[in-house]
Amino acid sequence: MLNPDTLKADFPLLGRTVRGGKPLVYLDSGATAQKPQPVIDAELAFYAQSNAAVHRGAHQLAEEATEAYELARAAVANFVGAAEDEIVWTKNATEALNLVAHGFLNASLAASAKTTGGGPASTVVSDAAQQRYRLQAGDEIVVSEAEHHANLVPWQQLAAKTGATLRWIGLTDEGRLDPETYSVIGPRTRILAITHASNVTGAITDVAELVRRARDVGAYVVLDACQTAAHMPVDLHALDVDFAAFSAHKMVGPTGVGALFGKRELLEDLPPFLTGGSMVEVVTMESTSFMPPPQRFEAGTQMVAQVVGFRAAVEYLSALGMDQVAAHEAEMAQLMIDGIADVPGVRLLGPQDSADRLAVVAFEVESVHPHDVGQVLDSLGVAVRVGHHCAQPIHRRLGVHASARASAGVYTTAADVEAFIAGLHEVRRFFGFAESAAPAARGGV
Amino acid sequence: MADAMEQLYQQVILDHARARQGEGELAEYGGESFQLNPTCGDQVTLRVQLDEDRETIQALGWTGQGCSISQASLSVMYELVIEQKVTRAAELGEHFRELMAARGQELDPARLEALDDASAFTGVARYPARIKCALLGWMALRDALAQAQVGA
Ligand SMILES: Cc1ncc(COP(=O)(O)O)c(C=O)c1O
Repeated sequence: MLNPDTLKADFPLLGRTVRGGKPLVYLDSGATAQKPQPVIDAELAFYAQSNAAVHRGAHQLAEEATEAYELARAAVANFVGAAEDEIVWTKNATEALNLVAHGFLNASLAASAKTTGGGPASTVVSDAAQQRYRLQAGDEIVVSEAEHHANLVPWQQLAAKTGATLRWIGLTDEGRLDPETYSVIGPRTRILAITHASNVTGAITDVAELVRRARDVGAYVVLDACQTAAHMPVDLHALDVDFAAFSAHKMVGPTGVGALFGKRELLEDLPPFLTGGSMVEVVTMESTSFMPPPQRFEAGTQMVAQVVGFRAAVEYLSALGMDQVAAHEAEMAQLMIDGIADVPGVRLLGPQDSADRLAVVAFEVESVHPHDVGQVLDSLGVAVRVGHHCAQPIHRRLGVHASARASAGVYTTAADVEAFIAGLHEVRRFFGFAESAAPAARGGV
Repeated sequence: MADAMEQLYQQVILDHARARQGEGELAEYGGESFQLNPTCGDQVTLRVQLDEDRETIQALGWTGQGCSISQASLSVMYELVIEQKVTRAAELGEHFRELMAARGQELDPARLEALDDASAFTGVARYPARIKCALLGWMALRDALAQAQVGA
Protein backbone atom coordinates (compact mmCIF):
# COMPACT_ATOMS: atom_id res chain seq x y z
CA MET A 1 0.00 0.00 0.00
CA LEU A 2 1.17 3.50 -0.81
CA ASN A 3 2.48 5.20 2.31
CA PRO A 4 1.74 8.94 2.19
CA ASP A 5 3.73 9.60 5.35
CA THR A 6 7.04 8.60 3.78
CA LEU A 7 5.98 9.90 0.40
CA LYS A 8 5.49 13.41 1.77
CA ALA A 9 9.24 13.70 2.15
CA ASP A 10 9.53 13.67 -1.65
CA PHE A 11 7.67 16.99 -1.82
CA PRO A 12 9.90 19.75 -0.44
CA LEU A 13 7.16 22.36 -0.29
CA LEU A 14 5.03 20.22 2.00
CA GLY A 15 7.71 20.60 4.67
CA ARG A 16 7.23 24.37 4.98
CA THR A 17 5.14 26.26 7.47
CA VAL A 18 2.59 29.01 6.85
CA ARG A 19 0.89 31.83 8.78
CA GLY A 20 3.35 32.13 11.61
CA GLY A 21 4.76 28.65 11.93
CA LYS A 22 1.78 26.39 11.28
CA PRO A 23 2.64 23.16 9.46
CA LEU A 24 1.07 23.25 6.01
CA VAL A 25 -1.95 21.05 5.39
CA TYR A 26 -2.34 21.27 1.63
CA LEU A 27 -5.82 20.30 0.49
CA ASP A 28 -5.91 22.17 -2.80
CA SER A 29 -4.46 19.56 -5.13
CA GLY A 30 -7.55 19.85 -7.30
CA ALA A 31 -6.33 23.31 -8.26
CA THR A 32 -2.71 22.35 -8.62
CA ALA A 33 -0.56 19.60 -7.12
CA GLN A 34 2.75 20.06 -5.32
CA LYS A 35 5.87 18.74 -7.04
CA PRO A 36 8.13 15.90 -5.95
CA GLN A 37 11.91 16.34 -6.00
CA PRO A 38 12.40 14.15 -9.12
CA VAL A 39 10.22 16.55 -11.14
CA ILE A 40 12.10 19.59 -9.85
CA ASP A 41 15.41 17.80 -10.51
CA ALA A 42 14.41 16.87 -14.06
CA GLU A 43 13.67 20.47 -14.96
CA LEU A 44 16.85 21.66 -13.28
CA ALA A 45 18.97 19.01 -15.01
CA PHE A 46 17.53 19.93 -18.39
CA TYR A 47 18.48 23.58 -17.92
CA ALA A 48 21.85 22.71 -16.46
CA GLN A 49 22.78 20.13 -19.11
CA SER A 50 20.69 19.94 -22.26
CA ASN A 51 18.88 23.21 -22.83
CA ALA A 52 18.27 23.95 -26.51
CA ALA A 53 15.36 24.56 -28.86
CA VAL A 54 13.87 21.36 -30.26
CA HIS A 55 13.36 20.26 -33.85
CA ARG A 56 15.75 22.96 -35.03
CA GLY A 57 19.50 23.15 -35.29
CA ALA A 58 22.05 20.43 -35.87
CA HIS A 59 24.19 20.77 -32.78
CA GLN A 60 24.48 18.17 -30.06
CA LEU A 61 22.40 20.07 -27.54
CA ALA A 62 19.55 20.42 -30.04
CA GLU A 63 19.70 16.68 -30.58
CA GLU A 64 19.64 15.94 -26.87
CA ALA A 65 16.83 18.35 -26.21
CA THR A 66 14.77 16.98 -29.08
CA GLU A 67 15.27 13.45 -27.88
CA ALA A 68 14.23 14.35 -24.33
CA TYR A 69 11.18 16.15 -25.70
CA GLU A 70 10.07 13.19 -27.78
CA LEU A 71 10.82 10.60 -25.09
CA ALA A 72 8.56 12.59 -22.81
CA ARG A 73 5.81 12.40 -25.40
CA ALA A 74 6.13 8.62 -25.45
CA ALA A 75 6.07 8.44 -21.65
CA VAL A 76 3.00 10.64 -21.27
CA ALA A 77 1.20 8.81 -24.11
CA ASN A 78 1.90 5.52 -22.41
CA PHE A 79 0.64 6.89 -19.09
CA VAL A 80 -2.81 7.68 -20.51
CA GLY A 81 -3.11 4.70 -22.83
CA ALA A 82 -2.43 6.58 -26.06
CA ALA A 83 0.04 6.23 -28.94
CA GLU A 84 3.00 8.59 -29.11
CA ASP A 85 1.79 10.40 -32.21
CA GLU A 86 -1.56 11.09 -30.60
CA ILE A 87 -0.17 13.48 -27.99
CA VAL A 88 0.20 17.20 -28.69
CA TRP A 89 1.91 19.49 -26.17
CA THR A 90 -0.06 22.54 -25.15
CA LYS A 91 0.43 25.04 -22.36
CA ASN A 92 -2.42 23.52 -20.34
CA ALA A 93 -5.75 21.72 -20.69
CA THR A 94 -7.50 24.99 -21.45
CA GLU A 95 -5.34 25.49 -24.51
CA ALA A 96 -5.87 21.86 -25.56
CA LEU A 97 -9.65 22.28 -25.48
CA ASN A 98 -9.41 25.57 -27.37
CA LEU A 99 -7.18 23.88 -29.93
CA VAL A 100 -9.93 21.38 -30.76
CA ALA A 101 -12.68 24.01 -30.76
CA HIS A 102 -10.63 26.23 -33.09
CA GLY A 103 -9.98 23.27 -35.39
CA PHE A 104 -13.71 22.97 -35.84
CA LEU A 105 -14.02 26.73 -36.21
CA ASN A 106 -11.31 27.02 -38.86
CA ALA A 107 -12.78 24.14 -40.85
CA SER A 108 -16.21 25.75 -40.65
CA LEU A 109 -14.90 29.15 -41.75
CA ALA A 110 -13.01 27.62 -44.69
CA ALA A 111 -16.05 25.65 -45.78
CA SER A 112 -18.34 28.65 -45.69
CA ALA A 113 -15.73 30.83 -47.48
CA LYS A 114 -15.69 28.25 -50.25
CA THR A 115 -19.47 28.13 -50.65
CA THR A 116 -19.64 31.91 -50.76
CA GLY A 117 -16.79 32.00 -53.26
CA GLY A 118 -14.51 33.58 -50.68
CA GLY A 119 -10.74 33.97 -50.64
CA PRO A 120 -7.88 31.53 -50.33
CA ALA A 121 -8.96 30.08 -46.97
CA SER A 122 -9.76 26.75 -48.60
CA THR A 123 -6.15 26.26 -49.62
CA VAL A 124 -5.01 26.05 -46.00
CA VAL A 125 -7.80 23.82 -44.75
CA SER A 126 -8.05 20.50 -46.56
CA ASP A 127 -11.29 19.25 -48.05
CA ALA A 128 -11.16 16.32 -45.66
CA ALA A 129 -10.97 18.75 -42.74
CA GLN A 130 -13.85 20.78 -44.03
CA GLN A 131 -15.99 17.70 -44.46
CA ARG A 132 -15.16 16.27 -41.10
CA TYR A 133 -15.18 19.33 -38.91
CA ARG A 134 -17.53 21.82 -40.50
CA LEU A 135 -20.27 23.04 -38.17
CA GLN A 136 -23.25 25.09 -39.27
CA ALA A 137 -26.71 26.10 -38.19
CA GLY A 138 -28.68 23.02 -37.25
CA ASP A 139 -25.65 21.22 -35.79
CA GLU A 140 -25.49 20.75 -32.05
CA ILE A 141 -22.72 20.68 -29.47
CA VAL A 142 -23.51 18.93 -26.19
CA VAL A 143 -21.76 19.67 -22.88
CA SER A 144 -22.90 19.19 -19.29
CA GLU A 145 -23.88 21.56 -16.53
CA ALA A 146 -20.95 20.23 -14.50
CA GLU A 147 -18.24 21.55 -16.81
CA HIS A 148 -15.29 23.63 -15.74
CA HIS A 149 -15.39 26.90 -17.69
CA ALA A 150 -12.46 25.55 -19.75
CA ASN A 151 -14.73 22.89 -21.23
CA LEU A 152 -17.75 25.13 -21.58
CA VAL A 153 -16.76 28.59 -22.79
CA PRO A 154 -14.79 27.41 -25.89
CA TRP A 155 -17.85 25.40 -27.03
CA GLN A 156 -20.19 28.27 -26.31
CA GLN A 157 -17.95 30.46 -28.46
CA LEU A 158 -17.74 27.86 -31.21
CA ALA A 159 -21.52 27.57 -31.31
CA ALA A 160 -21.95 31.34 -31.44
CA LYS A 161 -19.44 31.69 -34.29
CA THR A 162 -20.73 28.82 -36.44
CA GLY A 163 -24.47 29.07 -35.82
CA ALA A 164 -24.51 25.68 -34.13
CA THR A 165 -26.61 25.20 -30.99
CA LEU A 166 -25.17 24.45 -27.56
CA ARG A 167 -27.15 21.96 -25.50
CA TRP A 168 -26.35 20.37 -22.18
CA ILE A 169 -26.80 17.34 -20.03
CA GLY A 170 -28.42 18.30 -16.72
CA LEU A 171 -27.46 17.26 -13.21
CA THR A 172 -29.19 15.40 -10.42
CA ASP A 173 -29.60 17.09 -7.04
CA GLU A 174 -26.42 15.24 -6.02
CA GLY A 175 -24.55 16.93 -8.82
CA ARG A 176 -24.11 13.85 -11.00
CA LEU A 177 -24.81 13.87 -14.73
CA ASP A 178 -28.48 13.00 -14.98
CA PRO A 179 -29.03 9.99 -17.30
CA GLU A 180 -32.60 11.18 -17.80
CA THR A 181 -31.18 14.09 -19.80
CA TYR A 182 -28.77 12.03 -21.95
CA SER A 183 -31.43 12.24 -24.63
CA VAL A 184 -30.09 15.70 -25.58
CA ILE A 185 -27.53 13.65 -27.50
CA GLY A 186 -29.38 13.20 -30.79
CA PRO A 187 -29.00 12.99 -34.56
CA ARG A 188 -27.88 16.63 -34.78
CA THR A 189 -25.12 16.26 -32.18
CA ARG A 190 -21.67 16.71 -33.73
CA ILE A 191 -19.59 17.13 -30.57
CA LEU A 192 -20.03 15.79 -27.05
CA ALA A 193 -17.61 17.61 -24.71
CA ILE A 194 -17.76 16.21 -21.24
CA THR A 195 -15.75 16.15 -18.05
CA HIS A 196 -14.33 12.87 -16.80
CA ALA A 197 -14.81 14.05 -13.22
CA SER A 198 -16.21 17.24 -11.75
CA ASN A 199 -13.68 19.54 -10.11
CA VAL A 200 -16.42 20.62 -7.69
CA THR A 201 -18.18 17.43 -6.59
CA GLY A 202 -15.54 14.89 -7.60
CA ALA A 203 -18.28 12.84 -9.31
CA ILE A 204 -16.84 10.53 -11.97
CA THR A 205 -18.69 10.38 -15.29
CA ASP A 206 -19.91 7.14 -16.85
CA VAL A 207 -17.92 7.75 -20.02
CA ALA A 208 -18.72 4.37 -21.62
CA GLU A 209 -22.44 5.04 -21.76
CA LEU A 210 -21.94 8.54 -23.17
CA VAL A 211 -19.46 7.34 -25.78
CA ARG A 212 -21.95 4.65 -26.85
CA ARG A 213 -24.62 7.29 -27.35
CA ALA A 214 -22.26 9.60 -29.20
CA ARG A 215 -21.19 6.77 -31.51
CA ASP A 216 -24.83 5.99 -32.28
CA VAL A 217 -25.25 9.48 -33.68
CA GLY A 218 -21.77 9.92 -35.14
CA ALA A 219 -20.65 12.65 -32.75
CA TYR A 220 -17.06 13.27 -31.68
CA VAL A 221 -16.31 12.87 -27.99
CA VAL A 222 -14.00 15.35 -26.24
CA LEU A 223 -13.06 14.34 -22.70
CA ASP A 224 -11.81 16.78 -20.06
CA ALA A 225 -9.52 14.45 -18.14
CA CYS A 226 -7.97 17.19 -16.01
CA GLN A 227 -9.13 15.86 -12.65
CA THR A 228 -8.94 12.14 -13.38
CA ALA A 229 -5.52 11.86 -15.02
CA ALA A 230 -3.81 12.66 -11.74
CA HIS A 231 -5.90 10.49 -9.47
CA MET A 232 -6.89 7.23 -11.16
CA PRO A 233 -5.77 4.99 -14.01
CA VAL A 234 -6.90 6.52 -17.32
CA ASP A 235 -6.81 4.52 -20.55
CA LEU A 236 -7.94 6.77 -23.38
CA HIS A 237 -7.96 3.99 -25.97
CA ALA A 238 -10.14 1.82 -23.74
CA LEU A 239 -12.47 4.78 -23.13
CA ASP A 240 -12.58 5.21 -26.91
CA VAL A 241 -12.87 9.02 -26.78
CA ASP A 242 -11.77 11.07 -29.79
CA PHE A 243 -10.00 13.90 -28.01
CA ALA A 244 -8.93 14.44 -24.40
CA ALA A 245 -7.22 17.22 -22.47
CA PHE A 246 -5.16 17.29 -19.28
CA SER A 247 -2.63 19.52 -17.51
CA ALA A 248 0.73 18.45 -16.06
CA HIS A 249 0.47 20.77 -13.07
CA LYS A 250 -2.41 18.77 -11.57
CA MET A 251 -0.40 15.56 -12.06
CA VAL A 252 2.53 16.55 -9.79
CA GLY A 253 4.19 17.95 -12.92
CA PRO A 254 5.28 21.47 -13.90
CA THR A 255 3.05 24.41 -14.79
CA GLY A 256 3.21 25.62 -18.38
CA VAL A 257 2.59 22.28 -20.05
CA GLY A 258 -0.46 20.19 -20.79
CA ALA A 259 -1.52 17.82 -23.48
CA LEU A 260 -4.14 17.19 -26.07
CA PHE A 261 -4.86 13.61 -27.00
CA GLY A 262 -6.45 13.05 -30.42
CA LYS A 263 -6.98 9.86 -32.36
CA ARG A 264 -4.35 9.84 -35.08
CA GLU A 265 -6.68 10.05 -38.08
CA LEU A 266 -8.59 12.88 -36.43
CA LEU A 267 -5.44 14.89 -35.73
CA GLU A 268 -4.38 14.30 -39.37
CA ASP A 269 -7.43 16.21 -40.57
CA LEU A 270 -7.62 18.85 -37.85
CA PRO A 271 -6.65 22.35 -39.04
CA PRO A 272 -4.00 24.16 -36.98
CA PHE A 273 -4.87 26.53 -34.15
CA LEU A 274 -1.76 28.69 -33.58
CA THR A 275 0.41 29.23 -36.64
CA GLY A 276 4.00 30.37 -37.06
CA GLY A 277 7.42 28.77 -36.76
CA SER A 278 8.10 25.06 -36.26
CA MET A 279 4.75 23.89 -37.61
CA VAL A 280 5.23 24.59 -41.33
CA GLU A 281 6.66 22.82 -44.37
CA VAL A 282 6.86 25.31 -47.24
CA VAL A 283 6.26 29.00 -46.73
CA THR A 284 6.01 31.47 -49.61
CA MET A 285 4.75 35.01 -49.48
CA GLU A 286 1.39 33.75 -50.68
CA SER A 287 0.73 30.56 -48.73
CA THR A 288 1.98 27.90 -46.36
CA SER A 289 1.77 24.16 -46.02
CA PHE A 290 1.70 22.63 -42.57
CA MET A 291 3.51 19.74 -40.96
CA PRO A 292 1.70 16.60 -39.92
CA PRO A 293 0.58 16.28 -36.31
CA PRO A 294 1.74 16.61 -33.62
CA GLN A 295 4.15 19.33 -34.90
CA ARG A 296 1.29 21.04 -36.74
CA PHE A 297 -0.10 22.01 -33.36
CA GLU A 298 3.16 22.98 -31.67
CA ALA A 299 3.84 26.44 -33.07
CA GLY A 300 6.76 28.46 -31.80
CA THR A 301 9.50 27.62 -29.31
CA GLN A 302 8.26 24.96 -26.95
CA MET A 303 8.29 24.56 -23.15
CA VAL A 304 10.90 21.82 -23.31
CA ALA A 305 12.05 21.89 -19.69
CA GLN A 306 8.44 21.57 -18.55
CA VAL A 307 7.81 18.72 -20.98
CA VAL A 308 10.82 16.95 -19.49
CA GLY A 309 9.43 17.61 -16.01
CA PHE A 310 6.08 16.22 -17.13
CA ARG A 311 7.78 12.95 -18.03
CA ALA A 312 9.35 12.78 -14.58
CA ALA A 313 5.89 13.38 -13.09
CA VAL A 314 4.18 10.52 -14.92
CA GLU A 315 7.11 8.28 -14.09
CA TYR A 316 6.76 9.24 -10.44
CA LEU A 317 3.03 8.44 -10.50
CA SER A 318 3.59 5.21 -12.44
CA ALA A 319 6.12 4.05 -9.88
CA LEU A 320 3.49 4.55 -7.16
CA GLY A 321 0.94 2.76 -9.33
CA MET A 322 -2.23 4.55 -10.32
CA ASP A 323 -4.35 1.76 -8.82
CA GLN A 324 -2.64 2.41 -5.51
CA VAL A 325 -3.08 6.15 -5.90
CA ALA A 326 -6.79 5.71 -6.58
CA ALA A 327 -7.24 3.35 -3.63
CA HIS A 328 -5.41 5.72 -1.27
CA GLU A 329 -7.40 8.73 -2.41
CA ALA A 330 -10.69 6.82 -2.12
CA GLU A 331 -9.77 6.30 1.53
CA MET A 332 -9.08 10.02 1.93
CA ALA A 333 -12.42 10.82 0.26
CA GLN A 334 -14.21 8.57 2.74
CA LEU A 335 -12.43 10.23 5.68
CA MET A 336 -13.38 13.68 4.42
CA ILE A 337 -17.00 12.70 3.83
CA ASP A 338 -17.32 11.08 7.27
CA GLY A 339 -15.54 13.98 8.94
CA ILE A 340 -17.76 16.59 7.33
CA ALA A 341 -20.87 14.65 8.31
CA ASP A 342 -19.82 15.06 11.96
CA VAL A 343 -19.50 18.84 11.87
CA PRO A 344 -22.80 20.53 12.70
CA GLY A 345 -23.99 23.02 10.12
CA VAL A 346 -21.69 21.80 7.36
CA ARG A 347 -23.26 20.42 4.21
CA LEU A 348 -21.44 18.34 1.63
CA LEU A 349 -22.26 19.37 -1.94
CA GLY A 350 -22.43 16.58 -4.47
CA PRO A 351 -22.53 12.82 -3.97
CA GLN A 352 -22.87 11.86 -0.33
CA ASP A 353 -20.88 8.64 -0.61
CA SER A 354 -17.45 7.73 -1.91
CA ALA A 355 -18.57 5.55 -4.84
CA ASP A 356 -17.48 6.76 -8.28
CA ARG A 357 -15.92 9.95 -6.98
CA LEU A 358 -12.54 11.48 -6.46
CA ALA A 359 -11.25 12.94 -3.20
CA VAL A 360 -12.62 16.35 -4.14
CA VAL A 361 -15.23 17.60 -1.69
CA ALA A 362 -17.05 20.88 -1.91
CA PHE A 363 -19.05 21.99 1.08
CA GLU A 364 -21.07 24.78 2.53
CA VAL A 365 -20.94 26.05 6.10
CA GLU A 366 -24.30 27.33 7.23
CA SER A 367 -24.29 31.13 7.67
CA VAL A 368 -20.57 31.49 6.98
CA HIS A 369 -19.41 32.58 3.54
CA PRO A 370 -16.86 30.25 1.87
CA HIS A 371 -14.29 33.04 1.77
CA ASP A 372 -14.52 33.38 5.53
CA VAL A 373 -14.36 29.60 5.93
CA GLY A 374 -11.18 29.53 3.87
CA GLN A 375 -9.66 32.39 5.84
CA VAL A 376 -10.07 30.70 9.22
CA LEU A 377 -8.82 27.36 7.85
CA ASP A 378 -5.84 29.20 6.36
CA SER A 379 -5.02 30.73 9.73
CA LEU A 380 -4.71 27.12 10.99
CA GLY A 381 -2.42 26.18 8.11
CA VAL A 382 -5.12 24.36 6.16
CA ALA A 383 -5.21 25.37 2.47
CA VAL A 384 -8.52 24.83 0.69
CA ARG A 385 -10.05 26.53 -2.33
CA VAL A 386 -12.94 28.97 -2.04
CA GLY A 387 -15.18 30.52 -4.67
CA HIS A 388 -16.82 28.90 -7.66
CA HIS A 389 -13.75 26.95 -8.79
CA CYS A 390 -14.21 28.07 -12.42
CA ALA A 391 -17.52 26.23 -12.55
CA GLN A 392 -20.36 28.69 -12.00
CA PRO A 393 -23.21 26.69 -13.61
CA ILE A 394 -22.85 23.68 -11.30
CA HIS A 395 -22.92 25.97 -8.27
CA ARG A 396 -26.09 27.59 -9.56
CA ARG A 397 -27.57 24.13 -10.09
CA LEU A 398 -26.66 23.09 -6.53
CA GLY A 399 -28.28 26.27 -5.23
CA VAL A 400 -25.18 28.00 -3.88
CA HIS A 401 -23.24 31.06 -5.03
CA ALA A 402 -19.89 29.65 -4.06
CA SER A 403 -18.37 26.89 -1.99
CA ALA A 404 -15.25 25.82 -0.17
CA ARG A 405 -13.47 22.78 -1.53
CA ALA A 406 -10.94 20.38 -0.08
CA SER A 407 -9.12 18.09 -2.49
CA ALA A 408 -6.53 15.42 -1.80
CA GLY A 409 -3.45 14.24 -3.64
CA VAL A 410 -1.10 11.28 -3.44
CA TYR A 411 0.62 12.86 -0.43
CA THR A 412 -2.52 13.54 1.61
CA THR A 413 -2.57 11.76 4.96
CA ALA A 414 -5.29 10.87 7.43
CA ALA A 415 -3.66 13.43 9.75
CA ASP A 416 -4.19 16.11 7.09
CA VAL A 417 -7.87 15.25 6.92
CA GLU A 418 -8.12 15.30 10.72
CA ALA A 419 -6.55 18.77 10.83
CA PHE A 420 -9.02 19.94 8.22
CA ILE A 421 -12.03 18.58 10.09
CA ALA A 422 -10.78 20.06 13.37
CA GLY A 423 -10.45 23.36 11.51
CA LEU A 424 -14.05 23.15 10.35
CA HIS A 425 -15.21 22.83 13.95
CA GLU A 426 -13.10 25.89 14.70
CA VAL A 427 -14.71 27.86 11.86
CA ARG A 428 -18.12 27.37 13.38
CA ARG A 429 -16.89 28.31 16.83
CA PHE A 430 -15.08 31.40 15.60
CA PHE A 431 -18.15 32.81 13.94
CA GLY A 432 -20.16 32.26 17.04
CA PHE A 433 -21.96 29.01 16.49
CA ALA A 434 -21.89 26.58 19.36
CA GLU A 435 -21.44 22.93 18.52
CA SER A 436 -25.19 22.61 18.71
CA ALA A 437 -26.90 24.34 15.81
CA ALA A 438 -27.94 27.42 17.85
CA PRO A 439 -25.87 30.60 17.41
CA ALA A 440 -24.02 31.63 20.56
CA ALA A 441 -22.98 35.02 21.94
CA ARG A 442 -20.70 36.15 19.11
CA GLY A 443 -23.53 35.89 16.63
CA GLY A 444 -23.51 34.42 13.15
CA VAL A 445 -22.32 36.23 10.07
CA MET B 1 -4.78 31.62 15.04
CA ALA B 2 -7.04 33.40 17.46
CA ASP B 3 -5.01 36.61 17.43
CA ALA B 4 -4.58 36.97 13.70
CA MET B 5 -8.20 36.12 13.04
CA GLU B 6 -9.49 38.43 15.73
CA GLN B 7 -7.42 41.24 14.29
CA LEU B 8 -8.88 40.59 10.89
CA TYR B 9 -12.44 39.99 11.97
CA GLN B 10 -12.85 42.90 14.37
CA GLN B 11 -16.08 42.85 16.34
CA VAL B 12 -17.21 45.93 14.38
CA ILE B 13 -16.89 43.92 11.18
CA LEU B 14 -18.77 40.93 12.54
CA ASP B 15 -21.52 43.19 13.87
CA HIS B 16 -21.94 45.00 10.57
CA ALA B 17 -21.87 41.75 8.62
CA ARG B 18 -24.75 40.52 10.73
CA ALA B 19 -26.86 43.69 11.01
CA ARG B 20 -26.25 45.25 7.63
CA GLN B 21 -27.01 48.94 7.14
CA GLY B 22 -28.33 50.24 3.86
CA GLU B 23 -29.21 46.81 2.53
CA GLY B 24 -32.26 46.91 0.34
CA GLU B 25 -33.40 47.91 -3.09
CA LEU B 26 -33.86 51.60 -3.85
CA ALA B 27 -36.87 52.21 -6.11
CA GLU B 28 -35.89 55.74 -7.15
CA TYR B 29 -32.30 56.35 -8.01
CA GLY B 30 -30.06 58.44 -10.20
CA GLY B 31 -27.11 56.10 -10.42
CA GLU B 32 -26.61 52.35 -10.23
CA SER B 33 -23.59 50.10 -10.27
CA PHE B 34 -23.11 46.35 -10.37
CA GLN B 35 -19.76 45.07 -9.14
CA LEU B 36 -18.44 41.54 -9.12
CA ASN B 37 -15.44 39.98 -7.48
CA PRO B 38 -14.78 37.12 -9.89
CA THR B 39 -12.37 35.25 -7.64
CA CYS B 40 -15.01 34.40 -5.08
CA GLY B 41 -18.25 35.38 -6.76
CA ASP B 42 -19.14 38.22 -4.39
CA GLN B 43 -21.48 40.70 -6.03
CA VAL B 44 -23.34 43.86 -5.25
CA THR B 45 -25.85 46.13 -6.93
CA LEU B 46 -25.77 49.59 -5.42
CA ARG B 47 -28.09 52.50 -6.15
CA VAL B 48 -27.82 56.15 -5.11
CA GLN B 49 -30.18 59.09 -5.21
CA LEU B 50 -28.77 62.61 -4.97
CA ASP B 51 -30.58 65.79 -3.97
CA GLU B 52 -31.72 68.28 -6.58
CA ASP B 53 -28.38 70.05 -6.68
CA ARG B 54 -26.65 66.72 -7.09
CA GLU B 55 -24.40 67.54 -4.21
CA THR B 56 -25.65 65.36 -1.40
CA ILE B 57 -26.36 61.63 -1.15
CA GLN B 58 -30.00 61.53 -0.22
CA ALA B 59 -30.56 57.80 -0.38
CA LEU B 60 -28.42 54.73 -0.91
CA GLY B 61 -29.42 51.07 -1.10
CA TRP B 62 -27.52 47.93 -1.94
CA THR B 63 -28.30 44.27 -2.53
CA GLY B 64 -25.99 41.38 -3.13
CA GLN B 65 -24.17 38.59 -1.47
CA GLY B 66 -20.68 38.00 -0.34
CA CYS B 67 -18.30 37.28 2.48
CA SER B 68 -18.43 39.01 5.85
CA ILE B 69 -15.72 41.47 4.82
CA SER B 70 -17.55 42.70 1.72
CA GLN B 71 -20.90 42.84 3.47
CA ALA B 72 -19.56 44.64 6.51
CA SER B 73 -17.65 47.10 4.35
CA LEU B 74 -20.83 47.99 2.46
CA SER B 75 -22.70 48.47 5.71
CA VAL B 76 -20.01 50.68 7.25
CA MET B 77 -19.73 52.67 4.04
CA TYR B 78 -23.46 53.31 4.08
CA GLU B 79 -23.26 54.83 7.53
CA LEU B 80 -20.30 56.98 6.54
CA VAL B 81 -21.72 58.50 3.38
CA ILE B 82 -25.46 58.69 3.80
CA GLU B 83 -26.61 62.31 3.79
CA GLN B 84 -23.05 63.43 3.11
CA LYS B 85 -21.79 65.58 0.28
CA VAL B 86 -20.65 63.69 -2.82
CA THR B 87 -17.26 65.33 -2.46
CA ARG B 88 -16.99 64.05 1.11
CA ALA B 89 -17.92 60.54 0.02
CA ALA B 90 -15.22 60.69 -2.65
CA GLU B 91 -12.69 61.83 -0.05
CA LEU B 92 -13.62 59.00 2.32
CA GLY B 93 -13.35 56.56 -0.57
CA GLU B 94 -9.81 57.78 -1.19
CA HIS B 95 -8.90 57.38 2.48
CA PHE B 96 -10.28 53.85 2.44
CA ARG B 97 -8.30 52.98 -0.69
CA GLU B 98 -5.18 54.31 0.99
CA LEU B 99 -5.94 52.16 4.01
CA MET B 100 -6.26 49.11 1.77
CA ALA B 101 -2.93 49.91 0.14
CA ALA B 102 -1.19 50.29 3.52
CA ARG B 103 -0.56 46.56 4.12
CA GLY B 104 -1.93 46.73 7.63
CA GLN B 105 -0.21 49.97 8.70
CA GLU B 106 -2.47 52.56 10.27
CA LEU B 107 -3.12 55.86 8.51
CA ASP B 108 -2.50 59.18 10.22
CA PRO B 109 -4.92 59.97 13.07
CA ALA B 110 -6.95 62.52 11.11
CA ARG B 111 -7.78 60.16 8.31
CA LEU B 112 -8.34 57.24 10.65
CA GLU B 113 -10.80 59.30 12.58
CA ALA B 114 -12.59 60.33 9.42
CA LEU B 115 -12.94 56.66 8.49
CA ASP B 116 -14.54 55.93 11.86
CA ASP B 117 -15.82 52.29 11.85
CA ALA B 118 -14.13 51.74 8.50
CA SER B 119 -10.77 51.93 10.27
CA ALA B 120 -11.58 48.47 11.63
CA PHE B 121 -10.61 47.19 8.19
CA THR B 122 -6.94 48.04 8.76
CA GLY B 123 -6.09 44.36 9.26
CA VAL B 124 -7.81 43.34 6.02
CA ALA B 125 -5.05 45.05 4.07
CA ARG B 126 -2.67 42.33 5.28
CA TYR B 127 -4.54 39.78 3.17
CA PRO B 128 -4.21 40.71 -0.50
CA ALA B 129 -7.05 38.40 -1.51
CA ARG B 130 -9.45 40.16 0.83
CA ILE B 131 -8.73 43.74 -0.21
CA LYS B 132 -11.02 43.32 -3.21
CA CYS B 133 -13.79 42.17 -0.88
CA ALA B 134 -13.45 45.28 1.26
CA LEU B 135 -13.31 47.56 -1.78
CA LEU B 136 -16.31 46.07 -3.58
CA GLY B 137 -18.82 48.51 -2.10
CA TRP B 138 -16.55 51.52 -2.51
CA MET B 139 -16.03 50.68 -6.19
CA ALA B 140 -19.79 50.46 -6.64
CA LEU B 141 -20.29 53.76 -4.86
CA ARG B 142 -17.76 55.62 -6.98
CA ASP B 143 -19.32 54.25 -10.15
CA ALA B 144 -22.92 54.93 -9.11
CA LEU B 145 -22.09 58.48 -7.98
CA ALA B 146 -20.40 59.26 -11.29
CA GLN B 147 -23.55 58.18 -13.08
CA ALA B 148 -25.85 60.05 -10.77
CA GLN B 149 -23.90 63.25 -11.36
CA VAL B 150 -24.01 63.13 -15.13
CA GLY B 151 -27.41 61.39 -15.41
CA ALA B 152 -30.42 63.01 -17.07
C1 LIG C 1 -12.15 19.77 -14.67
C2 LIG C 1 -11.15 20.79 -15.13
N1 LIG C 1 -11.10 21.13 -16.41
C3 LIG C 1 -10.21 22.03 -16.88
C4 LIG C 1 -9.34 22.67 -16.05
C5 LIG C 1 -8.40 23.68 -16.63
O1 LIG C 1 -7.09 23.33 -16.44
P1 LIG C 1 -5.95 24.38 -16.73
O2 LIG C 1 -6.28 25.58 -15.93
O3 LIG C 1 -4.70 23.71 -16.27
O4 LIG C 1 -5.96 24.63 -18.20
C6 LIG C 1 -9.36 22.35 -14.69
C7 LIG C 1 -8.44 23.00 -13.72
O5 LIG C 1 -8.56 24.10 -13.28
C8 LIG C 1 -10.28 21.40 -14.22
O6 LIG C 1 -10.36 21.08 -12.92
